[in-house]
Amino acid sequence: MDFKDYYQTLGVERTASADEIKRAYRKLARKYHPDVSKEPDAEARFKEVGEAYEVLKDPEKRAAYDQLGENWQAGQEFRPPPGGGGYYYSGGGPDMGGAEREFGGFSDFFEALFGRGGMAGMSDAGPRARGFNFRQAGPMRGEDQLARVQITLNDAYQGASRTLEVRGPAGDKRNIRVAIPKGVTAGQRIRLAGQGLPGANGGAAGDLFLEVDFAPHRIYEVEGRNILLTLPVTPWEAALGATINVPTLGGRVELKIPAGSQSGRRLRLKGRGLPGNPPGDQIVTLRIDTPPADSPFARTLYQEMREKVPFNPRQELEG
Amino acid sequence: MTRQELEVLMGQVLDESLELGLEELCRMAQADEAFVVALVAEGVIEPSGATRTEWRFTGRSVCRTQVALRLHRDLDVNLPGVALALDLLEEIRRLR
Repeated sequence: MDFKDYYQTLGVERTASADEIKRAYRKLARKYHPDVSKEPDAEARFKEVGEAYEVLKDPEKRAAYDQLGENWQAGQEFRPPPGGGGYYYSGGGPDMGGAEREFGGFSDFFEALFGRGGMAGMSDAGPRARGFNFRQAGPMRGEDQLARVQITLNDAYQGASRTLEVRGPAGDKRNIRVAIPKGVTAGQRIRLAGQGLPGANGGAAGDLFLEVDFAPHRIYEVEGRNILLTLPVTPWEAALGATINVPTLGGRVELKIPAGSQSGRRLRLKGRGLPGNPPGDQIVTLRIDTPPADSPFARTLYQEMREKVPFNPRQELEG
Repeated sequence: MTRQELEVLMGQVLDESLELGLEELCRMAQADEAFVVALVAEGVIEPSGATRTEWRFTGRSVCRTQVALRLHRDLDVNLPGVALALDLLEEIRRLR
């Protein structure tokens, strides 16, 4: 297994005080907390930071870790002391880093040094505490897991199923196939009862929560259940009115552009957004694109308009 | 090689249409009742119903409770701070 440099993980010197360690942990925990961070590897980093803090905040564990010496490098091959869990930690308290509890177990390196008993104190930690205190005799419910799943807008519109790889407590992997119900929106969570980590001593498995995210779409944006589309139109379509064939998630529809429309006008296609109760709408925002004056004929037309069509779009700006 | 067919698991969408009592919310979010009651008092989650036994929560309350619990526990944020963080996180998501 690889050696872990907990001081390097928290970005502190080996001589750092307890306050400095706490400060460094808090700063990194805020940066990488999976509910806050948008960093792609936030969960893994949060877990690493939590593990480092779990060791360095506790004088006994820190002393045991420091006994290994200063010459180790992060990632260097590490052979655990004979007997495993040799630096058994007897203290404990209800306050421990959160990474362990929600986002999977600590590393083999941690367990080699402190054993799973290193998580002592969890039974005092309130009803959230579960999973890794093997000294508790009764059934213990497995931990919940949170995963993110990215789907397309078409998946959300039509419903779909996705195969996901989930990791067990020992890093083991398994595949599950999950139905994505139609009408699901970005940020919503889907609960899969009993698909989290297994329980201990006959306890029920935890739940798996999937947080839905939408992959960016080429032409649509999403706001709740509403689908937003910017529709380019010609000046004459906007001025004279027109019926334009526009795409929606459910197929193309005819949209009437009222005469005298300006750029930015929003038109609503009721019920053409994501399904739901009530379903969303598709909001079409007009954008007037002007044809280039790149031929003598086009230039003549523009010049003629300049002379014969009095129009001042900046009237509001004038005193 | 034949690919093994996996059973399609049907989940429960935690949306506004889902209705839960206090006990169900606590079980689903793995939160203790006192914490949920404190979240209600702080306005972090807003059930319908006047008394605890009448409280009905939506699926959104489950998500907010889970995040509130983790922020409170992992970052040692107090409940007013949790409430502020949750509102700001939702605002950021909306702006994105």
